Amino acid sequence: MTAVSLRGVSFGWKGSPPFQIEVPDWQIEEGETVLLLGGSGSGKSTLLNLVCGLHQPDRGEIHVDGKDIAALRASHRDRFRADRFGVIFQTFNLLPYATPLDNILLALRFSRQRRTRITGNPAAAALRLTASLGLPEQLMRFAPAAHLSVGQQQRVAVARALIGTPALVVADEPTSALDAESQAGFLDLLFEQVRASGCTLLMVSHDQRLADRFDRCQKLTDISNTSRALGA
Amino acid sequence: MILARITLRSLLNRRLTVALTILAIALSTALFLGVEKVRTGARTSFANTISGTDLIVGARSGSVSLLLYSVFRIGNATNNITWQSYQDIARHPSVAWAVPISLGDSHRGFRVLGTTPDYFEHYRYRGGRLLAFEQGAAFDDLFDTVVGADVAATLGYRLDDPMVVAHGLASFSKHDDKPFRVAGVLAKTGTPADRTVFVSLEGIEAIHIDWKDGRRTSGRGLSADMVRKMELTPKAVTAALVGVTSKIKSFQLQRDINTYETEPLLAILPGVALQELWEIVGVAESALIGVSVMVVITALLGMTVMIFSSLNERRREMAILRAVGARPVTVFGLLVTEAVFMTVAGVTIGVTVLYAGLLMARPVVDAHFGLYLPIDMLNQHEFALLGAVTAAGAFVSILPAFRAYRLSLADGMAMQT
Repeated sequence: MTAVSLRGVSFGWKGSPPFQIEVPDWQIEEGETVLLLGGSGSGKSTLLNLVCGLHQPDRGEIHVDGKDIAALRASHRDRFRADRFGVIFQTFNLLPYATPLDNILLALRFSRQRRTRITGNPAAAALRLTASLGLPEQLMRFAPAAHLSVGQQQRVAVARALIGTPALVVADEPTSALDAESQAGFLDLLFEQVRASGCTLLMVSHDQRLADRFDRCQKLTDISNTSRALGA
Repeated sequence: MILARITLRSLLNRRLTVALTILAIALSTALFLGVEKVRTGARTSFANTISGTDLIVGARSGSVSLLLYSVFRIGNATNNITWQSYQDIARHPSVAWAVPISLGDSHRGFRVLGTTPDYFEHYRYRGGRLLAFEQGAAFDDLFDTVVGADVAATLGYRLDDPMVVAHGLASFSKHDDKPFRVAGVLAKTGTPADRTVFVSLEGIEAIHIDWKDGRRTSGRGLSADMVRKMELTPKAVTAALVGVTSKIKSFQLQRDINTYETEPLLAILPGVALQELWEIVGVAESALIGVSVMVVITALLGMTVMIFSSLNERRREMAILRAVGARPVTVFGLLVTEAVFMTVAGVTIGVTVLYAGLLMARPVVDAHFGLYLPIDMLNQHEFALLGAVTAAGAFVSILPAFRAYRLSLADGMAMQT
């Protein structure tokens, strides 16, 4: 079954400079791990915003888990995202003043589905996840997230993305803030958790060396046309 | 629950600006509520000062000024009423009782009030209470005095202490040849009675007997014993408190006195005169309230500015919230919640500060203005005002919250800068 499918999608950004992206036809299968390669300004973030339902396409259909999210009302899209997606950013994933544990539990706040999927105490489930990601419990419970190292913060972000087992994990350059050694360790943990939960993984990056780990690697330019009015 | 915890953490994270904002709201609330409390307190205190007196009679002047000098000992009488007129009034068939009062002398900064022992039977305050004696009793000798609670406390008077009365307020001349004795000390009332020295009308006459126009007329003067043998019926009194036989006769009696032919007199109904006073004071009150409302608005605008300026650095937080599924409305709500929290904290601290301030200011205000501010729990009206402040706090936060709503819609979760 198809996890994500974009058909005839067109999205224009009316900022300055104006920006236009078109995705004629692109799919991800359920359980697949996909790496999208693209440089900065290639429209990676815009594409992720479209897939997650944060931007509304001007034209076309975006199906996630068989549902056309472009046709949903904004509030439904937000709930849909809470239910189906775990998101990992490049950096600054966490609310710096809140504890890592609260940051993780925040993902459950907006999704009843993900809450009910957890058996037992949500905090305990979160701590099980962070333990398997090599994060000490004391650190999760008491320190503000800002006190964690960048590597630790990224791992907390993985825990937040995966808690309550969403169907999809979307990661936007999650390793680019890490040094080479931590990158490998981080990806090992990420893949281990993704495999364990059986979810689909979509990662965007500019780093081709990551390609080996994924089922499929595609260049963003191969699946989309972007245009940017330069100068003006 | 988790959102509340996160909001609290977020505020703690910005504790300095948040604390200053809360402080500004607290001070403005204390000021606003303080003006309101002092205003209503002053009104209650004034209204409580006279009770059970149906009419006040004095020489023809303004009704407010008659009320002020006769009851509140504020200002001075411009003219007196003759003893004859007083007696005519006292004999009027509608008059149940009449108590003359004679003002104009002072004793070490406190006013001296000449009257008859009836004063203690008929003068009532705060819903009909009579003056109570802490020590002693009403005067019955020519040189007896009764002192108010503050007079006794300030000057250290106790029963049977001697005292000397000066003629005129803050006068240089002392009537040191006629020693008075403290025959009674009144209990605290929270009215001008606390700051008054009471003597008999004859006593007032006695200290003036060899004085004319503020100067001693005959050499070394008369001894106290010689004075006792003299005719001491007063020729004039300052005003009279009058009770009527039946309330409905008040107006007729007032008309009769105001049209008294031998002398121009003025009779006032205390409640009506107080109302006139409030109309005069009302303008100043409105100005004070206006200013304090402005201060509250300024503090709330300060909070809005503070939230606005925090928005840019918090766009990242909004992107995170949106990514985990928060609706833009939730982001909006969080900012309004934040503002409401700060306002409620500010209002609570403000009320605390106000009560602490009132407790400290009460003795000072009492000593200087003779106003005994009641310190009551917040009443319904005051709760409504505080509610309005909180609502205003929520209302002004709509601006930055709406901006956050717009930003979070536009940014999505891709806020990298």
